[in-house]
Amino acid sequence: MKRLLETLSPIVRPELTGGAESPEIDNTAYSPDSRTPLITGDNDNTTITDKVCGIVENKPTIGWWGFFLLAFSVLGLLGVFIPFLIFWGVGTWGVNNPVGWGYAIVNFVFWVGIGHAGTLISAILFLFRQKWRTSINRAAEAMTIFAVICAGMFPGIHVGRAWFAYWMFPLPNQMELWPNFRSPLVWDVFAVGTYFTVSLLFWYMGMIPDLATLRDRAKHAVRKVAYGALSLGWTGSNRQWHVYERSYLLLAALATPLVLSVHSVVSFDFAVSQIPGWHTTIFPPYFVAGAIFSGFAMVMTLLVPARQFFGLKDVITLKHLENMNKIIMLTGMLVGYAYSQEFFMAWYGGVKVEKFAFINRAFGQYAWAYWIMVSCNVLSPQIFWFKKMRTNIWVMFVVSIFVNIGMWFERFVITVTSLANEFTTSAWDYYSPKLADVMILLGAFGLFFTLFALFCRFLPFIAMSEVRGVLAEQAQAKARAQQQSSPESAAKPAAES
Amino acid sequence: MESQMNSSNGVETITAETAIDPKPVLMLAEFATADGLMEAAAGVRDKGFKLWDCHTPYPVHGLDAAMGVKPTLLPWIVLCGGFFGFSGGLLMQGWMNAIDYPFLISGKPFFSIPASIPVAFEMTILFSAFASFGGMLLLNGLPRLYRPHFRSDRFRRATADRFFISIDGRDRQFDVDSNSRLLQELGASAVEVIEE
Repeated sequence: MKRLLETLSPIVRPELTGGAESPEIDNTAYSPDSRTPLITGDNDNTTITDKVCGIVENKPTIGWWGFFLLAFSVLGLLGVFIPFLIFWGVGTWGVNNPVGWGYAIVNFVFWVGIGHAGTLISAILFLFRQKWRTSINRAAEAMTIFAVICAGMFPGIHVGRAWFAYWMFPLPNQMELWPNFRSPLVWDVFAVGTYFTVSLLFWYMGMIPDLATLRDRAKHAVRKVAYGALSLGWTGSNRQWHVYERSYLLLAALATPLVLSVHSVVSFDFAVSQIPGWHTTIFPPYFVAGAIFSGFAMVMTLLVPARQFFGLKDVITLKHLENMNKIIMLTGMLVGYAYSQEFFMAWYGGVKVEKFAFINRAFGQYAWAYWIMVSCNVLSPQIFWFKKMRTNIWVMFVVSIFVNIGMWFERFVITVTSLANEFTTSAWDYYSPKLADVMILLGAFGLFFTLFALFCRFLPFIAMSEVRGVLAEQAQAKARAQQQSSPESAAKPAAES
Repeated sequence: MESQMNSSNGVETITAETAIDPKPVLMLAEFATADGLMEAAAGVRDKGFKLWDCHTPYPVHGLDAAMGVKPTLLPWIVLCGGFFGFSGGLLMQGWMNAIDYPFLISGKPFFSIPASIPVAFEMTILFSAFASFGGMLLLNGLPRLYRPHFRSDRFRRATADRFFISIDGRDRQFDVDSNSRLLQELGASAVEVIEE
């Protein structure tokens, strides 16, 4: 491990990361009588503001340029292969006659699933008053938006004749016929459209106070105008904060059922059909658990390097990462439970074709994909039972990559195995992707990372205003503890933060 | 262009050089801590000011009570948005599939509530969220890109690490001398007057 660290150390050299170095502090110790500090180090409002704004204000580092240019060139694949697809038609993909849903749908479900962690962190953890969300929610919400952009691209190109993609929307076609509202595919358009819009509003609204901070610190005229316009003239007025906080709470309360509904509706695309292996009632909760699982893994994949590069180890602390690892382990086991329940129900239900579908899934022509899925999703997060492992940066990064891979394969297994071997044996076939499939998948990753790199560079990476609130509470708690331990020397609790 | 001058009582005046007949439009008082601001806010509230505000880099708990801010109307606006979304979602589906172009699929009814719930639910959330965001902007008077506050260099830290009280020039009790004395007594570390 030490040697590995040494070999990898050049990529995190300070000259590449803009000199941002901060020591790793272990704040994961559990103590029943005091709360773990969520922001470590000697930080106050001033240092937090300087640190987070510094990411945007300082010159981009070589590391950032390298990452951005790499991601941007991978994004270029979309520019080549999407026109290629539209020009030549879906024959450029590997889809064949039983398997009409190939990579496009697999990727769509994969990306929508990743998007779920952001709203979970920002809305559900907000309602549960989990203060540790404040350090990670901005980046996670950004990730959500970008993942949903990647997801939204796939149905648009999957329709084959992309110029008819507007048929998905409630608009009359050339025969003045409206979409069929009894179809889950139309529900999906509404669910994903609403999800994108609400996530965007939530993200933007949360950013207004931080954009105002950037506006007030801006030196350059372009920045002054841009951040000035984006922050809408926010003055941090308490009368505004009052309405703002209420609005934020309401948005969180609205986003919570929304995030649960979106992947449920995505699962209806499968569950409402009659294909063996799809037609199961467990799908909605199973999909939601999987979505949260994959989303947290992607947050981990992004934040572990980001906190290192931007020197944010005292804001996104080991405690935050450990908490996320616990959620990854929990949802990983939920997903594993769902896998086993599918098998149980197939056996218990006594429907022959259903039984076959599941045995075929695990031992048929796609057994390799099934076991990749199981080992990545069910086995690999089990390592987090050990505290040493779930607080180890390298272990969690590797596991998060495994989970990303495993969750992609989960969607592949669900989509492809059921279609390739359904009712009529004479129609069975084997699906394998073609070049365009793979390149469009890669291109989607390019799009995702390009957007994320731009976000890091131009928008506040940490929800500063919320972290300041956490710092104030931390200072109050500290003052209270001091007061209790030494009542004579009790000074007035300094809530300056 | 701005010109600044210090008067004898420690109050800075910031005037726009282009102003022909400068009048005070705003007073700003700076505080270093949230606790200091909280006490001062209670003091300003008790004097009976109406058009005044506190500016903080994060929502300070307890400040609403110290200022006497009344609960907002926003939840009712959001409720209306939700009703609009839900009924609009149902009506849209019924009208499109059963009235404008009756669309028969597998002998199912043209319109039925259960099949319409997912879309109606999403529309409820969508319009509630629009109402929540739009209502927040409306009630807060945003966007409003120019404010006299922005003339003050000191006020730039209101979004980072300083706390401010502002008193609007249109308040009936607005008076530069007595108000600045009040704010200084309440512990302000600096008091500024913005003229336009």
